Amino acid sequence: MKKVFEKPKSLKGNIFHYCPGCGHSIAHRLVGEVIDELEIRGKVIGVPPAGCAVLAYNYFDIDMIEAQHGRGPATATGIKRVLPDRVVFSYQGDGDLAAIGIAETFHAANRGENITIIFINNAVYGMTGGQMAPTTTLGQKTTTSPPGRDTVLDGYPVKVCELLSGLGGTTYIERCTVNSPANVMKTKKAIKKAFQYQIEGRGFSLVEILSPCPTNWKMTPIESCHWIDESMSKVFPLGVFKDEVSAEVKP
Amino acid sequence: MNKKVLMQGNKVIAEAAIRAGCRFYAGYPITPQNEIPEYMAENLRKIEGGTFIQSESEIAAIHMVIGASAAGARAMTSSSSPGISLKQEGISSMAACELPGVIVNMMRGGPGLGNIRPSQGDYFQATRGGGHGDYRTIVLAPATAQELADLTMEAFDLADKYRGPVIMLADGMMGQMMEPVVFRTPRPRNYHDDFIMKGAEEGKSKIIRGLILDPLDMEEHNWKLDRKYKLISQTETRHELYKADDADIIIVAYGTAARIAKGAIKRLQDSGLKVGLFRPITLWPFPERELRELAERVEDFLVFEMSTGQMLEDVRLALQGYAKISFHGRPGGIVPTPAELANVIVRHCDERCKDI
Repeated sequence: MKKVFEKPKSLKGNIFHYCPGCGHSIAHRLVGEVIDELEIRGKVIGVPPAGCAVLAYNYFDIDMIEAQHGRGPATATGIKRVLPDRVVFSYQGDGDLAAIGIAETFHAANRGENITIIFINNAVYGMTGGQMAPTTTLGQKTTTSPPGRDTVLDGYPVKVCELLSGLGGTTYIERCTVNSPANVMKTKKAIKKAFQYQIEGRGFSLVEILSPCPTNWKMTPIESCHWIDESMSKVFPLGVFKDEVSAEVKP
Repeated sequence: MNKKVLMQGNKVIAEAAIRAGCRFYAGYPITPQNEIPEYMAENLRKIEGGTFIQSESEIAAIHMVIGASAAGARAMTSSSSPGISLKQEGISSMAACELPGVIVNMMRGGPGLGNIRPSQGDYFQATRGGGHGDYRTIVLAPATAQELADLTMEAFDLADKYRGPVIMLADGMMGQMMEPVVFRTPRPRNYHDDFIMKGAEEGKSKIIRGLILDPLDMEEHNWKLDRKYKLISQTETRHELYKADDADIIIVAYGTAARIAKGAIKRLQDSGLKVGLFRPITLWPFPERELRELAERVEDFLVFEMSTGQMLEDVRLALQGYAKISFHGRPGGIVPTPAELANVIVRHCDERCKDI
């Protein structure tokens, strides 16, 4: 019989601890599929964050070193500079990347570190119970913005792709989502392109994934997918923000 | 025979690190240690496989060191007091993940931003772990440019041997002064390939992590680290004795303070007072057995620090009430002269005579 679908070889096969309808499991699988397809399982090093994906090393069957909260891009920088022929990626949430680790992210991007960041934006701190994140949208209710995020008290949602694509060091920046099969396929293409660019030595790449968090959004998984279309992607528009095809290839 | 050269302390550390095989340095500018990153920028990048990064923060620097260490490089960062506070998150993480690395602290006056003058106020932070959680770091306290060279090389060896962060604790004066140095030939690196993360290749994948959610597993990890710290305490203490053989009074001082103490002792050699020096070279592990042995024949100890009294507590713990302990300290970036300390010692002895 012909096998038409299987678990990626670069995933261990442990059952994900993520909540039903969470985008992390899809993102993990997509990264795993891309690693398999590019045949880089043996030379990839992943840097999981503090946050919901802190246990990513239980799911990926690749070398992984856990970073302290927000420090993934700095840790990845250290690895990549020592082992430039390995494929190094950090996997970070919105609090990790855009709040406590914004300096590490911004400057790794600005230095043009030849690494890839997979950025999961679900507009809340998931693991700690749904507090306001830097990417929480205006009016969005969280446990630390109970009446809804207010510009006067809480400021504005941080738009990471828009911010980083203005930096000279970045090569490829795209925002995707995983709320429909078509979008899942687009996200996979973006992840693959980001890894390919790194392998070609083109420099810093980041794929932002708008990711449902039904538990903390207090919605069903299907409502969450709709909310991404109707609300979240209005604040964080999908698309390619930067693609320097001609970026100088670093030896 | 290696050549004798005249060199500034900060540069001695950087040169010794490069010679010891340090191939990754990340750091952030802060006085009084800027010559270290500057020397690395100039020299480490010229060496094959050498990386220098001026990081965006002290925090980023230590986490870059973590990545480089995990990837198998001998890695180092340096800073001064306020910057070392920022690095504590990473130092704690290195202890948890058992990653080797060298952290240099050229201390300045504090707390807070303090000033940029030499001080010894970071003793507690350095010797008690410094960051959160149950761990220790080896702390080396050089007192000469020669020791800056030797102990920097030793720091890398100890970091590899015990797989953890090692702190070099000196101060702004040590960093700025020039002295002749002979760089010894470093020992070849002895670090097992199994500890290096470089991609799973065809084999089993590796995990490096500090997160251990199950409290029983976490406890087991804590005890494992503790066994390592006990072994270090038993085997890795270093100290120097100076004119201690027939001394009636022993000054206990480290680093710059120990240099001042030697000057004071020399001034007093014709005074009839028999003064010696006990100089801890490892601040953690503190050479407490060796100090305790000295208390079998000496009753009078004077602790001298450029702080309000921090190592003083370790001296009390070591002597456990078996000897009289006094203290003289000058915090805040004051570097007392040997003459000042000599006067303190004379006054101390006068008062002791009154007691008798």
